[in-house]
Amino acid sequence: MMWELIAANRRKSLFLFVGMATLLVALGYFIGEAAMGEGGGTFGIIVAVALWVILSAASVFGGPELVLRMSRAKEVTPDVHPQLFNIVDEMKIASGLTKSPRVYIIDEKAPNAFATGLRPEDSSIAVTAGLLTRLNRDELQGVIAHETSHIMNRDVQFLTVASVMLGSIVLMSDVFLRGMWYSGGSATRRWRSKKSDSGGSNAPFVIAAIALAILGPLFARLLYFSISRKREYLADACAVQLTRYPEGLASALEKISAAEVPLHAANQVNAPMFIVAPLQEGVARASGWGATHPPIEERVRILRAMSEGAGLLSYQHAFARLRGKPVNIIPRSGIQKDTPLPVREAHPDVVAEESRKQQTRDVMDLMRAVNGFAFLLCACGLKIKVPPELKDPSIACPRCGRDNQIPRAQVSEFAEVAAAVGALVGTSKPGDASDVPFAQPAIGAPGSVGAQESPLEYSRRTHGEWESFSCGCGHLLQLSPSFAASQMKCANCGRITRVI
Amino acid sequence: MAALIFLAVVALAAIFFVGIYNSLVQLRNRVKNAWSQIDVQLKRRHDLIPNLVETAKGYMQHERETLTAITDARSRAMGAGNVHDKSAAETQLSAAVSKFMLTVENYPDLKANQNFLALQEELTATENKIAFARQAYNDAVLFFNNKIEMFPSNVIAGMFNFRPEENFEIEEPAQREAPKVQFTR
Repeated sequence: MMWELIAANRRKSLFLFVGMATLLVALGYFIGEAAMGEGGGTFGIIVAVALWVILSAASVFGGPELVLRMSRAKEVTPDVHPQLFNIVDEMKIASGLTKSPRVYIIDEKAPNAFATGLRPEDSSIAVTAGLLTRLNRDELQGVIAHETSHIMNRDVQFLTVASVMLGSIVLMSDVFLRGMWYSGGSATRRWRSKKSDSGGSNAPFVIAAIALAILGPLFARLLYFSISRKREYLADACAVQLTRYPEGLASALEKISAAEVPLHAANQVNAPMFIVAPLQEGVARASGWGATHPPIEERVRILRAMSEGAGLLSYQHAFARLRGKPVNIIPRSGIQKDTPLPVREAHPDVVAEESRKQQTRDVMDLMRAVNGFAFLLCACGLKIKVPPELKDPSIACPRCGRDNQIPRAQVSEFAEVAAAVGALVGTSKPGDASDVPFAQPAIGAPGSVGAQESPLEYSRRTHGEWESFSCGCGHLLQLSPSFAASQMKCANCGRITRVI
Repeated sequence: MAALIFLAVVALAAIFFVGIYNSLVQLRNRVKNAWSQIDVQLKRRHDLIPNLVETAKGYMQHERETLTAITDARSRAMGAGNVHDKSAAETQLSAAVSKFMLTVENYPDLKANQNFLALQEELTATENKIAFARQAYNDAVLFFNNKIEMFPSNVIAGMFNFRPEENFEIEEPAQREAPKVQFTR
């Protein structure tokens, strides 16, 4: 049933694409005719299409990475936040995607999330640290399901194509109107006089071009925004279908909108992609035709009004009831075979509400870990956060003044001996002594060849806690509470450290 | 001329035949693939449970029964062969696990154990993944079984011995045992 939805979306995208392309070509033709006289239309069309091709090429090749970088999102590994990755995997299975999206974290207090990537197989989901601090498991699942739905429904593709079209139309009209304004319309006359054409015949074209240049961008924008809003509703509906739990997304949306922290990473380009519009839109805009997102109160109300289970049809009916008129948010072919899905029960929340503070602290630590901090547990019970710039061998505890060793991976004595023996006997290569492939020789290790390739070693201080230590190259490695392997590979230099 | 028409008809029939056969194979493979998705998650759950029990043991001295119930249900589930046996055994295991999770509420020390929390998160995620994978599997089975029963593909399915597959049902304990409300004591 998801496939019909995607197909219906594709048809709509095509429709929109053709509509906007016609507008763009017409704009090119009339501006060309108006500015250059008879025969200029062809040239105008060529300019319009070329503009569009250049802009699309830029957005296809650099788009998703650029958006992620603009948002200052950092890619993370599963051990940084196992729950987030679990939820992403759950949604991957539920939605039938072939590959899990990559996961990024944005170091911001404002709760929000977005998805990007032109193909579902090569997509990314970014969430802010604030989102992780504020939401419980069910709510986080709702948000990730919403983002996964965007990926599944090819909304990013659609938004990219549409925004490039919109950009081309706006740019062309803008240049033309400015040209007209500054030259007082004389450009056309001058051009025509050179061609010694019969005057006057061009006037209808000039008027048509001006009308198109004024109305075209307006029309294109309305089209773009209206469909963008519809896609948000559709993603909400699909998210509920994936999680079978409307309340999760509803309360997540409430929490996100209730947090009055500005999102610094948001700008005009990535704003439409977030789950909740991050820019301070005026009251008129937020509810009107010019908004990329539907008002949040309405989204929440629809989710809470779903009385016929968690299916798409239930969402459709709830939407129609609240609006008082039947609106097709979900393409009809998508809900034909929709069987009523029972709403599941809430998860027993592992994190009780009182320990929200602890959750906040955990996420703050998580952000430090992402940024390369190491953590030490002092004997007095204080958790010391060591910034990555600190190269000292030890640090004094700010509470009790005790000196704490900063753990670093050390060259293992055993492996050194084994490597030396291996080198003496000469039968095996030094690296074979521990069956570990080494990508690079260690930095700053003792001189002999065998010792250079011996593995680093780190002995764990506690079990069942987060731990971190730095590799020989200075890169920070994280051990999760559930880490059970005997070795770890450095993401930076590729060296293996044995964990004891 | 007649021979030519005859040949054309035969060729068309052959193409039709091959097409149906291939689509049947494709659907059966989709079922198999969906099953392996479930199987991965079931195995993962089987792997997690001993750790969970081991961690909980120290805190839950008086809950031997609950813990043995889980361990037994797990070994039964691991021994189960076909889809039918598996769904029965996994249903029992789910029930045992959810009973255990309810018992955990009485042990605040256990709930504060980081290791236990990490395991619990893994278990929750695995249960969710099983539920979602089961949905995909049952959809694939429905598609395949419909195809086998419907004309004309049922003829070819009969010739090549395509058998209908079985749904994987795990009754969720919460749904099966409706909450009992008692007003009198």
